[in-house]
Amino acid sequence: MSRVRVLVGTRKGAFILASDGKREKWNVSGPHFAGWETYHLKGSPADPNRLYASQTSGWFGQIIQRSSDGGKTWEAPGGGMTMVPGEMPRGESNKFVYDTTPETGKPLTTHQWYDGTQHPWEFKRVWHLEPSLTDPNTVYAGVEDAALFRSTDRGQTWQELAGLRGHGTGPKWQAGAGGMCLHTILIDPSNPARIYIAISAAGAFRTDDAGKTWKPINRGLKSQYIPDPNAEVGHCVHRIALHRSRPNVLFMQKHWDVMRSEDAGDSWHEVSGNLPTDFGFVIDVHAHEPETIYVVPIKSDSEHYPPEGKLRVYRSRTGGNEWQALTKGLPQRDCYVNVLRDAMAVDSLDSCGVYFGTTGGQVYASADAGDSWAPIVRDLPAVLSVEVQTLP
Amino acid sequence: MIRVVLPTHLRTLAHIDGEVKLEVEGQVTQCSVLDALEARYPVLRGTIRDHVTEQRRPFVRFFACEQDLSHQPPDAPLPDAVATGVEPFLVVGAIAGG
Repeated sequence: MSRVRVLVGTRKGAFILASDGKREKWNVSGPHFAGWETYHLKGSPADPNRLYASQTSGWFGQIIQRSSDGGKTWEAPGGGMTMVPGEMPRGESNKFVYDTTPETGKPLTTHQWYDGTQHPWEFKRVWHLEPSLTDPNTVYAGVEDAALFRSTDRGQTWQELAGLRGHGTGPKWQAGAGGMCLHTILIDPSNPARIYIAISAAGAFRTDDAGKTWKPINRGLKSQYIPDPNAEVGHCVHRIALHRSRPNVLFMQKHWDVMRSEDAGDSWHEVSGNLPTDFGFVIDVHAHEPETIYVVPIKSDSEHYPPEGKLRVYRSRTGGNEWQALTKGLPQRDCYVNVLRDAMAVDSLDSCGVYFGTTGGQVYASADAGDSWAPIVRDLPAVLSVEVQTLP
Repeated sequence: MIRVVLPTHLRTLAHIDGEVKLEVEGQVTQCSVLDALEARYPVLRGTIRDHVTEQRRPFVRFFACEQDLSHQPPDAPLPDAVATGVEPFLVVGAIAGG
């Protein structure tokens, strides 16, 4: 029987929740990296026991962790010794250094600060790790301040794909309230050279040549909170999702508005329809039904909790516009948690499982595509991310 | 022999129990102590000072002999008591935000 492994990143460490295919009884392990913020952890599709995790701290910076046994044990792969002739050995550790070489395009040195002035790019943390679909040794990292890095040696060393920051609009990017983070990385399963990324608050971008060159894909987005609501960049995209069978169809939860693209992001149209509010962070697609999508409406950008104190997942079976509230098993009164952008995922069992985590420390699971929900855990630290692996 | 005391999170990260004892060649400074520490425990590189600029991370402090040495130049000699191993060099996570 197939199994599932739910990888949960929280404000104070990582947790791994495991169950068989019934998804009724769960084994909880953790906290891993206790006391450290774990923004994201994710398994390699090519080797499910290969996991990567982003362990970060305002005090002590960024650590990348890697597991080769499904999360039982971890190691910091960047902790190797290097020798410089004439000097003592040096540790490389987890080094994310922005590329400012002339060969990759310059200037890559500043972006827009909150006061409108230009500000140097400063590495803060890794928000999202996206392993290659085919090579367990290759993994992408979306970082704050926004940039995309790649490791091809199992997370030991990292190189920036500088064409993203260097394509021209970089100086216009500015940080959202949560920082200027590159938080979404989607690799086209039918064409690994095509990658989508999203940045708050710059927008969505696409490469068709494995990261050498990039272009903004924000046409159709309309954001009232920026000077030109239809600008090429500056939109606060919260999350993008796709179904592997139709990688040109994209779904987006923007700061406000749920959006859809039929043409790989070249144009977007709104599909918020009858949602009670179209602000939110997460969006995901059913594993077997490419027109079935999920969001969790949040009241507003200044009130980061569900409308009316009712935690509701909304499902559309029509690719948007027509939404149905899913409430069975979810708190329908006095609930004021948030569900952050990386905190929803689906499994690929026959009855698709849907999972999401809250800032209140609950991880909810539905083994019936959202019809009913139950908490796997109720009292974790605030949940930052949820990923799911479906295992044989 | 230089004695270094690290905060809990860094001891856990580097799999260290108790104090670290380091041999430091030449003058004993913040820089030379951290060089030796990072050479022994490469995973700590980047956690105490920046990879590139080697500046102290903002929420890390250096104490010794009941003094805050955080704002001393990295190449300034550490107190004799640290250099001779009588007192430890303390790497501390700042209280701010904790």
